[in-house]
Amino acid sequence: MKTRDLTDLALRNLREAMLRNALTTLGVAVGVASLVAMLSLGVGLQQLASKRLSQSGLFDTILVTPKNNFRMGRPQRETVSDTPPRPLDEEARHELEKLPNVIEVYPQIRFYTEVRFNDKPHSTVVAGLPESSQNSGAFDGMQGHFFTSPSADEAILQIEFAKDLSTNPSSLIGQDLILRYAERQALPATASDNSGDGGDAGFSVVPKELHLKIIGIVETEPAAGYGGVGNARLLIPLATASTLRAAQVNDLRDIVRGSNANKAVYGSLSVRAKSPSYVEALEASIKNLGFNAFSLLDASKSLRTFFSVFDLLLGIFGSLALAVATLGIVNTLVMAILERRREIGVLKALGAADSDVQQLFFVEAGVMGILGGIFGVAFGWLLGRAISFGTNVYLKRQNLNPIELSSVPWWLVILALIFAVVVSLLAGLYPASRAAKLNPVDALRYE
Amino acid sequence: MPQTQPAVQLEHISRHYQMGETCVRAVDDVSLSVASGEYLALLGSSGSGKSTLLNLMAGLDLPTSGSILANGKNLAELSPLELARYRRDTIGMIFQSFNLLPRMTLEENIELPLRLAEVDRSERPSRVREALERVRLTHRVGHRPAELSGGEQQRVAIARALVNRPKILLADEPTGNLDSATGETILALLRELQNHLGMTIVMVTHERPLAERFADRLATMGDGKLLNLTPSTHGAVQ
Repeated sequence: MKTRDLTDLALRNLREAMLRNALTTLGVAVGVASLVAMLSLGVGLQQLASKRLSQSGLFDTILVTPKNNFRMGRPQRETVSDTPPRPLDEEARHELEKLPNVIEVYPQIRFYTEVRFNDKPHSTVVAGLPESSQNSGAFDGMQGHFFTSPSADEAILQIEFAKDLSTNPSSLIGQDLILRYAERQALPATASDNSGDGGDAGFSVVPKELHLKIIGIVETEPAAGYGGVGNARLLIPLATASTLRAAQVNDLRDIVRGSNANKAVYGSLSVRAKSPSYVEALEASIKNLGFNAFSLLDASKSLRTFFSVFDLLLGIFGSLALAVATLGIVNTLVMAILERRREIGVLKALGAADSDVQQLFFVEAGVMGILGGIFGVAFGWLLGRAISFGTNVYLKRQNLNPIELSSVPWWLVILALIFAVVVSLLAGLYPASRAAKLNPVDALRYE
Repeated sequence: MPQTQPAVQLEHISRHYQMGETCVRAVDDVSLSVASGEYLALLGSSGSGKSTLLNLMAGLDLPTSGSILANGKNLAELSPLELARYRRDTIGMIFQSFNLLPRMTLEENIELPLRLAEVDRSERPSRVREALERVRLTHRVGHRPAELSGGEQQRVAIARALVNRPKILLADEPTGNLDSATGETILALLRELQNHLGMTIVMVTHERPLAERFADRLATMGDGKLLNLTPSTHGAVQ
């Protein structure tokens, strides 16, 4: 039979047992819907997590430290060498900036100091924020706003710190606080010491104050706890922080080791790559330059593995409903054979080949699969939206930011449709071959 | 009317069924030659094997032994697909219970063999109309079988059997579900079609008087065997 006649007859047969076939198709649709909803949640969560993580700067940032740095928690084995380790100075910073796929290189400025607010002292860690961190996503839901200029005398408070300062944190925005810090002032070389070689300059530490305007309150510091001396609770623009010349943790050590204090030396530099995929190569080139490099790339790899397994499990659970729907198709078609036994006999007597009968049942199964697939994708999409919507209503009540929980990409739609049709055809395999093998003499005798 | 080349030739045909322990000999060593253009009636009581013999000629069933020569081929040696093609292209069949598909209109029922034969869509309406004209039922094409009388349904079935222009028409008790007057008109119609189209007809019936009037030869079966083969009174007249 020609395809058009075959489809014609198949559709006619499907219409004849409308209710039963509609219910079977609905079964397929529910199966596909559960699969699509499950996978869309999986994909959505993965996108959400990887977006958040890439925004956090954890996976595209490399922390560069001098070889002798011991701030990474454990002392690193010092190379037995007479030449001193390469300092992380301005020259090194330019060199790092020139590496391929680097967006920016910025120093880590953090210092522990005292803040006066309403004439009460509070101790905290202050960190300088690079301009680019505005786009990290960590400031998306902040109260107030980001720094008005890269070197403004403004401060963003971490929420816990804001709660320390006031019982009503929101009221802090617009108020002033005083940052008290120790400024490092280089001593003139003549007054440095009396050894006479003039090489070891020292510095004096002078207390200073800076008035800062509170312009925002944020939940967490971006890239908190990574490469720093602890969570900073007061954030100021990086440029502002560097003009302060506040004494840093490394300074004393540098003095003891005899570095030239007049020369700006960074304790560490953060190198941001264009995307996490460049991190591995960049890390290698940075190590070649003679520095230590550290990134969380391995953590991101295991995260991807986690989501692959997660998606697989969701897919398996989603497929269970489709497996049940498959049994529905088998059942419907086997019932149809019993009902249409005589019709099959007539078709064969009129000259239908076994393959004609087989194809007829196959097309019927396929049509139920396609229709079920289309409705299922639509239901699944709606289900995902509904879960997303419900979650966001809940998040809103908890005063949290809305998220896009489910995501139905094109590949999922196409995959679901193909899957529905293939599964339906597999389900049609047995009934179709049974119908084709029906003995026409028996079928015509059957009353 | 009988010509030299037989339309169907049965040689020592047997069809045995195994029913548990016992072997049922539905058709037992039958040899019979149906001439091209002949109208043969197969007579016998129920269970005599006449329907089985008809199914064997139709290629719906295969013999346990013996050979059936039709169209120059031995049906016993054909593949299922070749048998289906033989039924489609060479055979037209009508049944006691008409076997029209109830949810299709007359037109669609008659079109069915054309679909199976992959006849061009543009050609189909004229072929259906031609078949309907032959059975004089052109006015009710859009109706469904249940809206017709038994006689009309059988005429639709005949039109469906004719639409592919078969060489052989096989009829299994075509008057069995009809009153005697209607049965007679159906058999008269078959006779008329045979005269016009020159096809071979093999008809299973248990109504000897009707067979005597319309068929050329009568083959009587009993217990799976061919008991006798005689020209009909009508055939004798001719």
